[in-house]
Amino acid sequence: MKKEFKASINRALNDANLTGALGKFSEAYRVNRAKAYEGIDFEALRGRIAEAKSSAACHLDEVAEVFKQNAEALGAKVYRTSDPEQVKEYILQVARDNGVKSVVKSKSMASEEIHLNKALLQAGISVAETDLGEWIIQLAGQTPSHMVMPAIHLTKEEVAEIFSKEVEERLDSDIPRLVKVARNELRPKFLAADMGISGANIAVAETGSIVLVTNEGNARLTTTLPRIHVALVGVEKLVEKFETVIPVLDALPRSATAQLLTSYVSIITGPSPNDDGSLKDLHIILMDNRRTEMARDPKFKQALQCIRCGSCLNVCPIFRLVGGHVFGKIYTGGIGTILTAWFDELQKSEEIQGLCIQCGNCTEVCPGKLDIPEMILEIRRRLVLEKGQPLAQKAIFSVVNNRKLFHGMLRAASVAGKPFTSGKFIRHLPLFLSDLTDGRSLPAIAEKPFRDLFPEIRQPKGGEKAVFYAGCLIDFAYPETGIALVKLLNKAGIEVIFPQEQTCCGAPALYNGAYEVAAHNAVDNIKALLEVEAKYVVSACPTCTVALAHDFAKTLQDQGRSEWLDKAKELAEKTVDLSTLVKRLVEEGRLSFAEGEDLGKITYHDSCHLKRTLKVSQEPRELLQKAGYELAEMYECDMCCGMGGSYSMKLPEISAPILKRKLHNIKETGAPLVAMDCPGCVMQIRGGFDQDGEAVRVRHTAELLAERLK
Amino acid sequence: MFEQFKTRATGVGAEVHRVGTCSDAVDFILGFMKKEGVSEVPGSYAVWADGPFLRGVARELLKQVPGLSTEVTRERAAQAKIGISEMSFAVADTGSLVQDQTAIDQRLASSLTGIHLAIVPSANIVSDKTALFSRISPKTSRYIAFITGPSRTADIERVLTIGVHGPERLIILFVDELGGAA
Repeated sequence: MKKEFKASINRALNDANLTGALGKFSEAYRVNRAKAYEGIDFEALRGRIAEAKSSAACHLDEVAEVFKQNAEALGAKVYRTSDPEQVKEYILQVARDNGVKSVVKSKSMASEEIHLNKALLQAGISVAETDLGEWIIQLAGQTPSHMVMPAIHLTKEEVAEIFSKEVEERLDSDIPRLVKVARNELRPKFLAADMGISGANIAVAETGSIVLVTNEGNARLTTTLPRIHVALVGVEKLVEKFETVIPVLDALPRSATAQLLTSYVSIITGPSPNDDGSLKDLHIILMDNRRTEMARDPKFKQALQCIRCGSCLNVCPIFRLVGGHVFGKIYTGGIGTILTAWFDELQKSEEIQGLCIQCGNCTEVCPGKLDIPEMILEIRRRLVLEKGQPLAQKAIFSVVNNRKLFHGMLRAASVAGKPFTSGKFIRHLPLFLSDLTDGRSLPAIAEKPFRDLFPEIRQPKGGEKAVFYAGCLIDFAYPETGIALVKLLNKAGIEVIFPQEQTCCGAPALYNGAYEVAAHNAVDNIKALLEVEAKYVVSACPTCTVALAHDFAKTLQDQGRSEWLDKAKELAEKTVDLSTLVKRLVEEGRLSFAEGEDLGKITYHDSCHLKRTLKVSQEPRELLQKAGYELAEMYECDMCCGMGGSYSMKLPEISAPILKRKLHNIKETGAPLVAMDCPGCVMQIRGGFDQDGEAVRVRHTAELLAERLK
Repeated sequence: MFEQFKTRATGVGAEVHRVGTCSDAVDFILGFMKKEGVSEVPGSYAVWADGPFLRGVARELLKQVPGLSTEVTRERAAQAKIGISEMSFAVADTGSLVQDQTAIDQRLASSLTGIHLAIVPSANIVSDKTALFSRISPKTSRYIAFITGPSRTADIERVLTIGVHGPERLIILFVDELGGAA
């Protein structure tokens, strides 16, 4: 990563106003959003939206043409273009033709995308943003830091400072008073403006309508007072049927600001009268700017289902730390990364795409059903294709692709790490590696990996068989987790097989865009794991489980290695995570836990891949309670711990505060013990407590359950 | 549905009233204008946009109110404290009022003034948007306006603040006698 980018991250992280405001907001948002959606079947609702928007995206050209015909039949002028420059030219031409001197704007991201204000100002036309947040930003000469709350990074004192300069009067920081100042300053501009420019939240083809959703009332004034109204609409706002307005209006305010409905919704269908009796001069510009190209790309078509609510920002553990400015000038957060890669250029997303930790929070709340992490991975992949892998990364993955060399190096690391280890931890690494142990100790590589311990375990023979896929962390850092797993399955009469040829699951390569390496890993593992006839392939690492059960087939398909698809599917069907398997065995009466002992409080941390990809969250909780623990839920139990594989090494400055928050939430429960199902989370959280000094024990669920077998 | 509407609308800061007859409604409105000090002083005007209810009110009664105008111009509305308009529908599940505001006086009276007083026929409360759109359609209405509570913002420090560009108070007056005519 470039120095400037790292510097912008550090500026944001050290901006207490920003992180404070965003942190508080993200906490309130979670609660308020849930309340706003009470009594609503969110899955059904977002299904309707995704289907309708996807259908429109499938024939954007036709839908845009139907819109144009219908709106024009009513007297609107509709201009379609793919070129941002032509949009600006068109608006300037309308302005020239009508002697426009001043413009009022209600919020339009599309206008920011093409830097419209600059073009208008250069032509000598005055422009006032009228959305309060946008106006503050305009006066301050800044760019928005959030799609829905553009000025969330500024304090009331800073706003007072900005307004004071504008009105040439010393203002104090009383918020209602500041809002009044904005009302009084902008009102004459509304009344005098010759042209109003708005965006649109929805454009309906069958009726030629545009729908505007606002809270302040500025869009109503913008579309009512000036005699000319220009609506600048990205073609992704098009829907075919008017009936789609209902689900979008049901979801947009709830997801954006946790409101049941915004104060104002205006559905404008053709020009309405002005107050001098003339008819509004209504221009609707349907802007493409690579959206059609995006719709034709099978991996990115889903991005057109976005309704621009910003909820992906509001639940993002990274966004709440760094805010929007780190992402660039226009679109921010996860969706912003994708839009920037397309509307601007792929290269511009090179650094910001690395901010995504792949926790999947956004996929759970997105009303358009976008899989943002998946699209970001695809951006990563294309960047690697275009530019090749960074040299250091290439060197690492060439090792990972050679199992013997890779495992040999891990063994060597056990010895090499000795000077830095203290008990089971590496607390301080020298020089440039010290960031890795800042706030978190790393586990020492085990003296004897699981693969060497396994042959010594005596097992029942002749019964059901399960293949154990350990993954690198359990194999080389936490072999005790693997031993616990064997103990659990043995107790249920299952013999565990450990194929020695298994190797890295390929997730690190995949998450870094190196699909070729990941495909190589997939093939090696498929060969190794399917060699033995077994009922299950079980893993105690959710990331590995996801690789086996979901990613192998996708990666192989992507790399054109379709000869392996059947085998990948066979493996996926057999793959199961440990908690799910153990719960099944308990229900079948094949496993039970010792009763009658009160083991005290425990809290449980949901790992991202387990909860959101594998949809497993209740199973480990039930098992731990059956084993005698009293469950005390922590705040934000399913929020990422900041590990994210190599993320914590690339962006330790972001990973560390996320971890700090997690440690705090764990401590708040008062439980002396925290369980989790992912060795990556164990590494992160245990390492955090080691440096934090708090005596909270961090254990993998498998180990806690194995201790309590009857 | 009235109760649900009232809960939702007051939840977003609207003030909800209900009267039986049109004559009660006129009393309420005249009383309200008096209380708010409507007068022939810029900033204290009242404007009342055309509608079936207004057409049934005796002109002499209105002439007695100094500062009240039924000719809604932008100049008058911009200097009005109170804007009165008739809204056709109330949507119970979100506490919203809806009207065809194609005629510009309807928008001026409900967007430029400090207070918006909306008169709604009690029988025109619908359950939700689906029910609403069976009664009003973009095919016949060019400017469909939803109003849900007063104008609001949270753009400074996420603090909810009322009255940015639109009215800072929304007074909703349900009138039973108006029946269900849209």
